[in-house]
Amino acid sequence: MSDYLNPEPVPAPDTTIFWEAAKQGRLLLKQCRNCGKPHWYPRQLCPFCFSVDTDWIEASGKGEIYSFCYMRKAAAPYVLAYVTLAEGPTMMTNIVDADIGSLYTGQKVEVDFRKSVGEWSVPLFRPSGPGSL
Amino acid sequence: MSRHAAAYIVGAYEHPLRNAPDTSVAQLHAEVAAGALADAGLTKEDIDGFFCGPDAPGTGPLSLADYMNLNLRHVDTTNTSGSSYLIHVAHAAQAIAAGKCNVALITLAGRPRQEGKSKGALKRQDNPNQPDFEWENPFGIQILGVYGMVAQRHMHRYGTTAEQMAWVKVAASHHAQFNPHAMLRDPVTVEDVVNSPLVADPLHRLDCCIVTDGGGALIVTRPEIAKSLKRPRVKVVGCGEAPMGQAGGYFEITDTAAQKSGAAAYAEANVKPSDIKYVSLYDSFTITAMLQIEDLGFCEKGAVGRFVEDGNLISGRGRLPFNTDGGGLCNNHPVNRGGMTKALEAVRQIRGEAHPSVQVPNCDLALANAIGGQLGVRHASSTLILERG
Ligand SMILES: [Zn+2]
Repeated sequence: MSDYLNPEPVPAPDTTIFWEAAKQGRLLLKQCRNCGKPHWYPRQLCPFCFSVDTDWIEASGKGEIYSFCYMRKAAAPYVLAYVTLAEGPTMMTNIVDADIGSLYTGQKVEVDFRKSVGEWSVPLFRPSGPGSL
Repeated sequence: MSRHAAAYIVGAYEHPLRNAPDTSVAQLHAEVAAGALADAGLTKEDIDGFFCGPDAPGTGPLSLADYMNLNLRHVDTTNTSGSSYLIHVAHAAQAIAAGKCNVALITLAGRPRQEGKSKGALKRQDNPNQPDFEWENPFGIQILGVYGMVAQRHMHRYGTTAEQMAWVKVAASHHAQFNPHAMLRDPVTVEDVVNSPLVADPLHRLDCCIVTDGGGALIVTRPEIAKSLKRPRVKVVGCGEAPMGQAGGYFEITDTAAQKSGAAAYAEANVKPSDIKYVSLYDSFTITAMLQIEDLGFCEKGAVGRFVEDGNLISGRGRLPFNTDGGGLCNNHPVNRGGMTKALEAVRQIRGEAHPSVQVPNCDLALANAIGGQLGVRHASSTLILERG
């Protein structure tokens, strides 16, 4: 699974800041100043109250596996996953450096940035306790 | 009990081909249209409304309307992927009630097997401008992967097992043996399913639908016209449609929009799940059908694993006969869009024209449900309730 190279992200005009931060190993989230709730994926308009007053915040990078699927038929197999961040929202990602057979929903994970096929870095997650390789 | 209905399904036709190397996509659409018209006892000149999805080549309905030389005053190209075609029935009924058309034609057709789109690892047809693309494509999202996550989470939350999921395929394959057109006609066992290769854990190969060429068509019309025709009448008594997404990052992938579309259709028809004699469910994967069984109220949330065991979905044997044509798991899944074939078998059941080995006795009320898009990411559910009469 370490052979898998993530497809290149295509930043939108309003999300380049996220991908620039990712290059520096920082995971950003959008949070609304009006209703206070962080959301995923990042938007300029809060998807809960529709306020335009949203801020980028730096996430802790900690979370737990929400669900996962081992893509064993891929040329370079990988783990597609949803991870629920400590801040609340759940995001799609991959799990890396893990013992596939011992992965479980609820497992603690932490962010680990890896280079994509191109110039960007993508936020993947690895087990933060037992189960990491 | 007799319910008011604005519209009836009077024509239904399923293309017999599952591989169509020698037929163009436009011709497949025309063939299913002609088949449904012949079934109804109507002619092309009767059609004044046309409903199609993005499987129709060209801009919306324009190329096909021109190819078939239809004389139209109403068109609708609602696209919610595989659930579109049940929504088309609902929208046709609404258009008929509003006086916008009298005879609506709905077609679905294509030849994905010829175009190399029948691989299980099919990548999504995405547009980088769609706002979610940036947050999913970099992680290698595939249809198999998201449904694998749905199944994984259902197992985690509710203790559902691979053997229970397998019962859905077992029931579909039992029905398919009686369908001479079905792509896969050999009955399989639970052991066959769980011993088939894992493709995207926890999904086995036999948890996955087939991909076929071909298609189908429906004719929907107003009550006065339906009553002038000779075929058994199929009344559209309840419709519901609902999309569901990731809700800003706070979602439950084992929930489906069938909770909403089903509730709307039951309310409109004024019936409850226990009144339904036969159900067509979109079975893109075994888990897809299972979540619809829960969310349409045929069992408690989380209890579907036990519900489907021991042949409970097999006609003549279980409490909830489903997909008696063999469904998308065994019979037909044209263009990866299962909504059309769900309606077609429900119509056969209401007419009493399913294969005698799988016909539900006195099937006066049937439900067809489809999920379009992808569970676990973004999808839309559509529900139709059909009544004899
Ligand atoms: Zn807000």
